[in-house]
Amino acid sequence: MSSASLTHAEGSLVDFPPVPESRTRFWFVGLAAAAAWFAAAMVIGGLPDIDDFERTDLLARIAAGLAGLLLVFSVGERVVRFTIPARLRRTGPWLLLLAVALTAWELVTAKFAILPRPFFASPQALLEVFTDDYPRLGDSVWNSVRLLAGGYVIGAAAGFALGVAIGWSRAIGYWAHPVLRLIGPLPATAWLPIAFFAFPSSHSASTFLIALATGFPVTVLTWSGVAGVNKAFYDVARTMGASQRFLVLKVAIPAAMPSVFVGLFMGLGASFSVLVVAEMMGVKSGLGWYLQWAQGWAAYANMYAALLVMALMCTGLITLLFRLRDRLLAWQKGLVQW
Amino acid sequence: MVSNIVAQQTAVGASVDVNDVSHRFDLDGKTLPVLNRVSLRIEPGELVSLLGPSGCGKSTLLRMVAGLETPTVGTIQADGARITGPDPSRVVMFQDPTLYPWRTVKANVSLGLEARGLLRRQGHRVDEALRLVGLSQFATAYPHQLSGGMAQRVSLARALVNDPKLLLLDEPLGKLDSMTRITMQQELVSLWQRTGFTALLVTHDVEEALFMSNRVIVLSDRPAAIKADIPIDLPFPRHRGDPRLADLRRRILGLLGLDADW
Repeated sequence: MSSASLTHAEGSLVDFPPVPESRTRFWFVGLAAAAAWFAAAMVIGGLPDIDDFERTDLLARIAAGLAGLLLVFSVGERVVRFTIPARLRRTGPWLLLLAVALTAWELVTAKFAILPRPFFASPQALLEVFTDDYPRLGDSVWNSVRLLAGGYVIGAAAGFALGVAIGWSRAIGYWAHPVLRLIGPLPATAWLPIAFFAFPSSHSASTFLIALATGFPVTVLTWSGVAGVNKAFYDVARTMGASQRFLVLKVAIPAAMPSVFVGLFMGLGASFSVLVVAEMMGVKSGLGWYLQWAQGWAAYANMYAALLVMALMCTGLITLLFRLRDRLLAWQKGLVQW
Repeated sequence: MVSNIVAQQTAVGASVDVNDVSHRFDLDGKTLPVLNRVSLRIEPGELVSLLGPSGCGKSTLLRMVAGLETPTVGTIQADGARITGPDPSRVVMFQDPTLYPWRTVKANVSLGLEARGLLRRQGHRVDEALRLVGLSQFATAYPHQLSGGMAQRVSLARALVNDPKLLLLDEPLGKLDSMTRITMQQELVSLWQRTGFTALLVTHDVEEALFMSNRVIVLSDRPAAIKADIPIDLPFPRHRGDPRLADLRRRILGLLGLDADW
């Protein structure tokens, strides 16, 4: 009874405003982002360019289109009564920042040329690369992914098998460990001159180098994962009649998987750098080659476009790996969200 | 449901003979004797406790009976056959639940059947074992979602699914809170009474040994030798306040040199 009167007194003191009926607050950030994109469209389309840019109009239209979409989302939520997906809502501040950044970039390049040309390309020049040179760019992505996938899969599989073998068998460990210690830390790119000379094609040489770069971290971390398995896990399985095969496949490997995925992640990072170097040095296709080629022609816009595509490709592949891990290691607590 | 799993149990548990076993560990070139001429017979269906000071070698003796280690001197037999390695008829329940974190509760309990390729034909026994320990509802949970007592129950179900003739309990309740421990002591006793397996319990809890076993074997400090073999001829279920248990407790604490405060 005393608590009830207390609550009442507090309630009258603080006097909270009544909770509004609608569940979500108006998306002000969205409206602001719409305004920012509209301003960007006005700057791009309204101010004169310092040079003949082919895609200024298209860029202005894209910015205006984005502004329109954001306007529909933020205002429409009130009028038509639908809910904005939470993910879109969260990206609001980023959309706003991107519009501001695009406007600034546009001003210092295409409009007033404050940054020296041609080293700094304008947004519309980049857009032009995507609209006009997409076949070559797409082809480069495809070749890069194919080369990378081949080398990575071979390296990851070999590294995994070797890591399990070293972790499990003392004899294999005895012979493999010193070799691994000597060869492993050497950057795979150091093999480049020999590899291009020893392999019949630059493609197979690059596949080998990527596999080598991937294989080392996967081997070491698989090995460490297998070696670190709680010995009691083996005791449990052995008292229940498990064979050696069962101990490897059903105990050692699953227990080592978190560590294996760290190795796969590190191997993927290493494989990216080898891929780009290999494509710059000898392979006549792929994004690394495209970068080199664009630089040779002083086509800086193409270079930036290729860099952007490369970044998207790498982050996309890492995301893919993390998705796979989340799926396989759902039993783990506290996984890092990529 | 219980009767089903009980019906499949072999009628009697295994007998165990420990014949003049001594054992030593090699640690950094030095030899550390842990067992000193231990001889002991466990009759089928008995529940025998090994009680001794911490680190005296009682867990080592249990691991030898399980076949996980080989004695330096002497032999151990189960049902008259010499123990040379692990066998699914002798299952260990460890102090830690040692559940595989990547397997669900049900998949953990299935382990023994899966390891021996019996899962397809006898998979229904997994559900029965889970029901026996009262965790059917947690079949799809992962070990990290369980409390300590629940995890140890899963560990018990994982042992029972193998139809053990001999259940080796290596301080299985040592890390549980006192209330869960009391509950699980009762559960283990009633399970043992219903199924008839032989059980060897390693513990450093005098009260637990007295409450649960037919015989208490008191071991000396390392290297462990048998100090006393004390039969407890009291019917189950026992009462913790029983004055006869209090007498025995005083006697055992005396053997362990801990009777000063009695």
